[in-house]
Amino acid sequence: MSTVEKPSYKVIGTRPIRHDGVDKVTGRAKYGADIRLTGMLWAAMLRSPHAHAKITRLDTSKAKALPGVRAVVTSKDFPDQGDRLVELGEGSVNMKHLAANVLAHDKVLYHGHAIAAVAADSIHIAQQAVELIEIEYEVLPPVQDALSAMKPESPVLNTDVRTKGYVAGGPGSADQPTNVASRIYFEQGDIKKGFADAAVVVEREFHTATVHQGYIEPHNATVLWNADGKVTVWMSTQGTFTARQQTAELLRIPVSDVKVVPMEIGGGFGGKISVYLPPVAAMLSKLSGRPVQLVMDRAAVLLATGPTPGSYIRVKVGTDKSGRIIAADAYLAYEAGAYPGSPIGPGCMCIFSCYDIPNARVEGYDVCVNKPRTNAYRAPGSTNAAFAMETVLDEIAKQLKLDPAEIRLLNAAKEGTRRVDGPKYSRIGMAETVEAIRDSAHYQSPLPGPNRGRGIATGFWFNVGLKSSVTATLNLDGKVSLLEGSTDIGGTRTSIAMQFAETLGIPCEDVHPSVVDTDSIGYTDVTGGSRTTFSTGIAAVNAANDIKQQLIERAAIHWQTTPDKVQYIDGGVTCSDGQRLTFKELAAELHELGGPVIGQGTSGKEAQGGAFGTHCVDVEVDPETGKVQILRYTAAQDCGTAIHPSYVEGQIQGGAVQGIGWALNEEFWYDPKGLLRNATFLDYRMPTCYDVPMIDAIIVEVPDPSHPYGVRGVGEVPICPPPAAIANAIANAVGVQMTTLPMSPPKIMAELLKQKK
Amino acid sequence: MAKKRIVSTTINGDAVEFLCEPRQTLLEILRDVLEMTGTKEGCGNGNCGSCTVLMNGKPVTSCLVLGVEAEGVELRTIEGVARGSELDEVQQAFLEGAALQCGICTPGFIMQTEALLACNPTPTEEEIRFHLAGNLCRCTGYDKIVRAVQCAAERRAGACHK
Amino acid sequence: MRDFDYVAPTSLQQAVELLAKPAGQARPLAGGTDLIDHVRNGRLSPDVLVDIKKIPELNLLEAGPNGLRLGAAVNCATIAAHQAVQAQYTALVDSCQIIGGVQIQSRASVGGNMCNSGPAADSTPSVIALGGRCVITGAQGTREVAAEDFCTGPGKNVLKPGELLVELRFPAPAPHTGSHYRRFIPRNEMDIAVVGIGVSVTLDDTLKIITAARIALGAVGPTPILATAAAQALIGQPATDETYQKAVPLAREVATPINDMRGTKDYRIHLVGVLLVRSLQAAVARAKGECPNYKPGH
Ligand SMILES: Cc1cc2nc3c(=O)[nH]c(=O)nc-3n(C[C@H](O)[C@H](O)[C@H](O)COP(=O)(O)OP(=O)(O)OC[C@H]3O[C@@H](n4cnc5c(N)ncnc54)[C@H](O)[C@@H]3O)c2cc1C
Ligand code: FES
Ligand code: FES
Repeated sequence: MSTVEKPSYKVIGTRPIRHDGVDKVTGRAKYGADIRLTGMLWAAMLRSPHAHAKITRLDTSKAKALPGVRAVVTSKDFPDQGDRLVELGEGSVNMKHLAANVLAHDKVLYHGHAIAAVAADSIHIAQQAVELIEIEYEVLPPVQDALSAMKPESPVLNTDVRTKGYVAGGPGSADQPTNVASRIYFEQGDIKKGFADAAVVVEREFHTATVHQGYIEPHNATVLWNADGKVTVWMSTQGTFTARQQTAELLRIPVSDVKVVPMEIGGGFGGKISVYLPPVAAMLSKLSGRPVQLVMDRAAVLLATGPTPGSYIRVKVGTDKSGRIIAADAYLAYEAGAYPGSPIGPGCMCIFSCYDIPNARVEGYDVCVNKPRTNAYRAPGSTNAAFAMETVLDEIAKQLKLDPAEIRLLNAAKEGTRRVDGPKYSRIGMAETVEAIRDSAHYQSPLPGPNRGRGIATGFWFNVGLKSSVTATLNLDGKVSLLEGSTDIGGTRTSIAMQFAETLGIPCEDVHPSVVDTDSIGYTDVTGGSRTTFSTGIAAVNAANDIKQQLIERAAIHWQTTPDKVQYIDGGVTCSDGQRLTFKELAAELHELGGPVIGQGTSGKEAQGGAFGTHCVDVEVDPETGKVQILRYTAAQDCGTAIHPSYVEGQIQGGAVQGIGWALNEEFWYDPKGLLRNATFLDYRMPTCYDVPMIDAIIVEVPDPSHPYGVRGVGEVPICPPPAAIANAIANAVGVQMTTLPMSPPKIMAELLKQKK
Repeated sequence: MAKKRIVSTTINGDAVEFLCEPRQTLLEILRDVLEMTGTKEGCGNGNCGSCTVLMNGKPVTSCLVLGVEAEGVELRTIEGVARGSELDEVQQAFLEGAALQCGICTPGFIMQTEALLACNPTPTEEEIRFHLAGNLCRCTGYDKIVRAVQCAAERRAGACHK
Repeated sequence: MRDFDYVAPTSLQQAVELLAKPAGQARPLAGGTDLIDHVRNGRLSPDVLVDIKKIPELNLLEAGPNGLRLGAAVNCATIAAHQAVQAQYTALVDSCQIIGGVQIQSRASVGGNMCNSGPAADSTPSVIALGGRCVITGAQGTREVAAEDFCTGPGKNVLKPGELLVELRFPAPAPHTGSHYRRFIPRNEMDIAVVGIGVSVTLDDTLKIITAARIALGAVGPTPILATAAAQALIGQPATDETYQKAVPLAREVATPINDMRGTKDYRIHLVGVLLVRSLQAAVARAKGECPNYKPGH
């Protein structure tokens, strides 16, 4: 459904076959672990068996002596990082922490923390050599949840961490080592008065477990450190340029000496931005003089990469009799993992972002714990927050006997609404997504049967702009080679090519997109933040416009007139005297008309408007086991303008199912010693296709004014609503209001048994 | 080190011989020895289905098969699904139905679908979902995968014109 | 992976000879779905894997008036597709259809499932409920043990070093007998049982009164448990929910589960009751020749 009359597009909104599709259904596409180089060595890593320990002895001599071993590295082989912060595209990073995460220095801070690596003639020899590394630890007590880690008596992970934004009397410290890495605080209006005036107030506490992005392809890097000092990295990454910069900074070599070649990437969801392997493989390559391939196994992926934080959240919301929210207060503590950097900031910004709230306060903490350093995961921080806010809102709706869609519409943020953290919204589609659900066949249908319930919830993500580059070469046959720096995780080659084709009025099939290495294209930020179709799309539109301009000039030469007499219309040039050349005809003449035409486009100034989604779910709860079955699922999302509707639906469906997993069964399970006991796909329970129904995706189109075609990013929003929507559905099915994630069968059963008493 | 063996097998209709250590899995042989990297590794312990190949027509996770066990068997991998330069119905349905995003799970899903349709040409949605439960996809939410399998089945039956 | 050698004997005699090595050094390889992972992650480090899939005795699958003979290496897919098994040993089909996914079932054997001796193994309760007996051969000859006596602890069983499980033998079920295995898992597939229950029930000619029953519990103790008292309580009773409820406390009594990441003790004990009633309902429906309301994972 569309809110405005859409311009009549020729390419946008169609469903062409993706350009990389044939390679991917035939097994021909090359992912990171698929590259084979002459003389390549295989590498394996030693990882910590403890959650928190000092390394008291580390001796690699026996490993080095094993026949077939070509190099062994530990953190000692890497340059010292000193105490410096480096801007890495998505915020500044403490290099000491980043380096220590890649290979532990004197302390290990989580189970699976990397310590050393071996390169050998075969993977089996490398693994055998890892077992020969002699290491001793002084085991320290672990701390694994934010609230415990905030206590002054808790073991401290990093002696160099002080509380950023510390206030006297609050948790953390301004001058002592602490786990409390930062404090966030926003306030608007007068919440005291707001709550005093409220007719209904609900306050709840929430706990959510650590969960993993769960991409199917493990992290990998293949590196050659050549004799000329140039380092080439072949890897699966969401951002070649940030991977290049992180690698160069960690090795302390010039950025331009590193070339990152993007291989196909088997999923990322935010987890393939941070660098783990390339510097290690690079150092092994330097020491051995051979290319080195380092690929994580699944256990390493779950132990040492990803996850998104577990959290503690307290929310209090007050409304007047009509259901208008007049006051809201939130306290959030997110687990950063071993080093500072949880998405507490976005969590705090998102928790009330769907609503227009006059009086609000948000306080948040970023807390180090003995778990892997957290990373972005689809709308980082927002899902945890939505789970809390959206279930509290439903409780209020119930008390006031309001329809859950109506209370959301009543309070919906719209153009001009000011978020608690400051910014005012431009044109957004929050209300439209709620209306789309309210009016859907699903929401309108009855849900008969015992132990069944329906729930809805809304979610928000900012969507970022950042920088991209695109170049396009016009070929004599009228087709275009399009080079871009955005790695393609889910069809962006095509969504970008489509915008380019639309701008030039040519068929999408005539555009041949390639994702190229860091030496072959201008700077491009990560494929993340729901930015690629938006921002790289803008760069492509700019490149197309650049080509248009050049073609106008070439046509003017052809017609022996001046460019102001020539217009580019509808896939061709028209002269003021009525003569016309199609794009193809003009392309064929280029070499006679002044030589090759190359278009360039960049983006960087545009800021996205933010996006919303509302989901509706029907569940059935087994009253005897507490197990939840998802019966029906519909997700509506404002995507501005859907460039390729199939891949927009795909993002919505995929995000919704990840959210279902988060809601029901996914969690990192640590034992009392702090060891992760479920580092396999058997026990880290992601949904299989037998766990979910079809996911109906309703595309809502409220064009974003900051994009030439109105695109809004779609990748992240869909993971935000599911846990809350499912919790609301469970409450409606069996009358228990869940406040912890995951809502696994034993937890629901425990609540059901309590209810019976 | 245990002695390497020469293993004679048939892969995608061709007689193939390879040299193999007993500890090398079939997945490792395919990817690292035979450089057939279309078969993917997602977990290495049977839980994701990315490494699915057909062994004597039956789907197996090649990460849990030893290379030496391939002696005398018939293997079919993703590389052998297309008929020359023509995609088969399952590949075509995945491609047209946008049943892949990152694509890392796709070879495994296609092989598992081939196995399903070979023994059950007209599966219900329920049967499809049950049969594909050993294959994980983290990108698509499975909706378009299940539809692609339905479409492939219809095409094989000569009914789907999409 | 650690280094090991591989042999694929074609006779039982050869296999027994090859396995006659000090404990742990030689291991039978059936479908490898447990073994290969255990070697890969270092839990086991055998010197030689003896592939038992080429031995005729271990590939036997024969049903007749005297019962069912199931070779230890026959894979789950083959078992589940076997008509006689489908008709008369249905609990076994239930088990074989949920061990792993379809790919795992092409390889995994019931023999391997039993010999791996995981407390949560999905076929062992069925084998016990169906009155299975294990035929074991070693250098010292052949012996038989009842399925309920086979496992002795997590990962442990009565096999002595060098011994091989050759075959499982099941008596032919009496008329009006139905069996069922069901488990509780958080997902609907690809999961390890939090609790699993296998039952076999025989009804009288009126199809109303239970005349014989066997109940086996999985994942609620160090080994699968034959719940004799619970089964005894059903005998002579009408096949109704009230009767099944009477068996519940007796089954719960013998369950000694632990807390682990797959479930708490209390939750598991609770589930024993829920699953027992449901599996008896399904088994009785089958005994009456009806199709029970059962969907794996639900
Ligand atoms: C992804 C996945 C999912 C799984 N899901 C389930 C599940 O849902 N339920 C479940 O119960 N199991 C499950 N398993 C475990 C496994 O598949 C089963 O236990 C299977 O039945 C083992 O059979 P196998 O033939 O593969 O045994 P193998 O791995 O070959 O052998 C298992 C062990 O038994 C020994 N052994 C095998 N045969 C004999 C014999 N005849 N005599 C003596 N010793 C022998 C081996 O030496 C080894 O120690 C799963 C495994 C995987 C990888
Ligand atoms: S790699 Fe074999 S099943 Fe995952
Ligand atoms: S398409 Fe990415 S895992 Fe399936």
